[in-house]
Amino acid sequence: MSLPRLRNDQLSGLMLLALALFVGWQNRAYPLGSVQEPGAGYTPLLIAVFLGVIGLLIALKGASSEPLSEMQWPEAKRAAMILVACAVATYALEHLGYRITVMSLLVFFLGVMEHKKPLAVASVAIGFSLLSFYFIGTLLRVPLPRGPLGW
Amino acid sequence: MADTFQNLLLGFQVALQWNVLGYAFAGCVIGTLVGMMPGLGPLAGISLLLPATFGLNPIIAMVLLGGVYYGAMYGGSTTSILMRIPGEAASVMTCVDGYAMTQNGRAGAALAIAAIGSFVAGTFGVIGLMLLAPTLAALALRFGPPEYTALLMMGFFILAYMSGGSMPKTLAMAAFGLLLGMIGIDAMTGYTRFSFGVIELGDGVGIVPVAVGLFGISEILMTAAAGEGPKVRIPKFRELMPSAREFKDSVGPIARGSLLGFLIGIIPGSAHVISSFVSYGLERRLSKHPERFGKGAIEGVAGPESANNSAATGAFVPMMALGIPTGPVTAVMIAAVMVHGISPGPTMIQNQPELFWGFVASMYVGNVVLLILNLPLVGLFVNLLRIPYAYLYPGILCFCILGCYSVSNSVVDVWIMLIMGGVGYALRKFGYDLAPVALGLVLAPMLELSLRQSLAMSAGDYTIFLQRPIALTMLCLGVLLLLLGLKPLLSKKKDWRSKVGLDEVPD
Repeated sequence: MSLPRLRNDQLSGLMLLALALFVGWQNRAYPLGSVQEPGAGYTPLLIAVFLGVIGLLIALKGASSEPLSEMQWPEAKRAAMILVACAVATYALEHLGYRITVMSLLVFFLGVMEHKKPLAVASVAIGFSLLSFYFIGTLLRVPLPRGPLGW
Repeated sequence: MADTFQNLLLGFQVALQWNVLGYAFAGCVIGTLVGMMPGLGPLAGISLLLPATFGLNPIIAMVLLGGVYYGAMYGGSTTSILMRIPGEAASVMTCVDGYAMTQNGRAGAALAIAAIGSFVAGTFGVIGLMLLAPTLAALALRFGPPEYTALLMMGFFILAYMSGGSMPKTLAMAAFGLLLGMIGIDAMTGYTRFSFGVIELGDGVGIVPVAVGLFGISEILMTAAAGEGPKVRIPKFRELMPSAREFKDSVGPIARGSLLGFLIGIIPGSAHVISSFVSYGLERRLSKHPERFGKGAIEGVAGPESANNSAATGAFVPMMALGIPTGPVTAVMIAAVMVHGISPGPTMIQNQPELFWGFVASMYVGNVVLLILNLPLVGLFVNLLRIPYAYLYPGILCFCILGCYSVSNSVVDVWIMLIMGGVGYALRKFGYDLAPVALGLVLAPMLELSLRQSLAMSAGDYTIFLQRPIALTMLCLGVLLLLLGLKPLLSKKKDWRSKVGLDEVPD
């Protein structure tokens, strides 16, 4: 069964089986205990076995599902860009502070990804970051992260 | 009974104070708006507002968060009906026939029936909460660990049987959620499990980042190539009146949905999501013309909408009477009250009657406020959906980041949200339902504890679940549903779920 001939349920079932095996492997570090007195590793192992069996069942019954090669991923590139931008923003959140991070994130989304006019981009980015900081950080007293200059 | 009404009078004295009324109104408006925005369900809305309630008195905090909760339940149905976008998970079933009614030019009637059903069910739920809470609390107190284990197992099997699509996939997602719930310190032995050296994971994975990631971020990723969102057609006020036939066809589903939703809502482990699925299946089964379902049957809107609103109220019964959360929302609300040094439970009803009865009375008020708000102002609220999607999704993403960060002021929660967003996106592409993941995560600690306590009680004898009548009944029901669900898999025949079109339900 070469990879291009795999069907989507076969791949997802095998991925679940792999996850179950990984959990089972990691679970070695915790005591299983006994049936009378189950340890910390008892329930995770039970669930991992259950997940593995179900994953195998999905993979075995997946012959009639859609072939992987026919799956459509038209949004994948933009989805990846959104995720990466959010990841960078998450990293920057505690280094640059909330306002600068959110402002930069919105500039990226609206200016770079959506090609909106600079004035609209600036208005939304500045307005959103300052207003949300005021409402959530100041009025609701949530301690949002501040950057090196207090921003 | 006289005591109940005297207490209710006390509650109304509290709920009808101007400041309490104001917060109830604000909660309903915020909840409706939150429920309408894809990616911001009641959980995210409540989590975002939680820090704001720390400075309020506990009654007002409960009233505000309660308003957000049931406001979001209604708001979610608006986008389901008009745009086929479920604002929150419980509205998924409303998409099927609600959106079909919109395509048939009956959007106004669908919105009106959803509002009326929500009002009737919400009021029914409050009456149930008021009258039945003490009795049900006494019954639930007789549950031991084996009964709780059986109850939770049955909840998973019901969820798997009733959900759209493949039963093995639903069970796999429930198991995935349970595994996520295993992360963190084991309450019985003190071992820190699967934390991979991240200190913050010692407390476990929070429901807020997982839910926001799975339902909010993945939704945005799925629609990343969609460009502008679907056009919204706002129904005119005169179009909101359902026809006599639609009214007549809705009475039964609303009544059944209210009762069913309340009963499911009070069961720990079930939730408004399950109740809407069960109600849809029940109405489809009872209908003389089941072929209309999926093509704009008013019963397919009335039943699930009533059920999820009634379940939302029913969920407060174990929370108020026993201090047990039935889901993530009630868990967050318990946290909101505990900040003020009050523990929900039987002693709260005795020692803080103004809090319990004030909350009950404010729910009556909230239901009236929602009915007044949602029918005439639906056009106003729907304008939110006219914001171009190119501006809307970056704002939602920022709110998601903000909401997750503000729960525990930890950037780790934001990372979890993003990871779960990516995982949710991939799972949806492969046709997996995500609701069981969230349910599994919430119930994992309770299930593990009750299972291990049961085994400890029986010295490792699994037949303890067969020796106790309540547990045996629930397990038999669960196994029966499991076998029924697996039957089409083995015989290759289509079961009722594919016949009613549940396999076509959007994620």
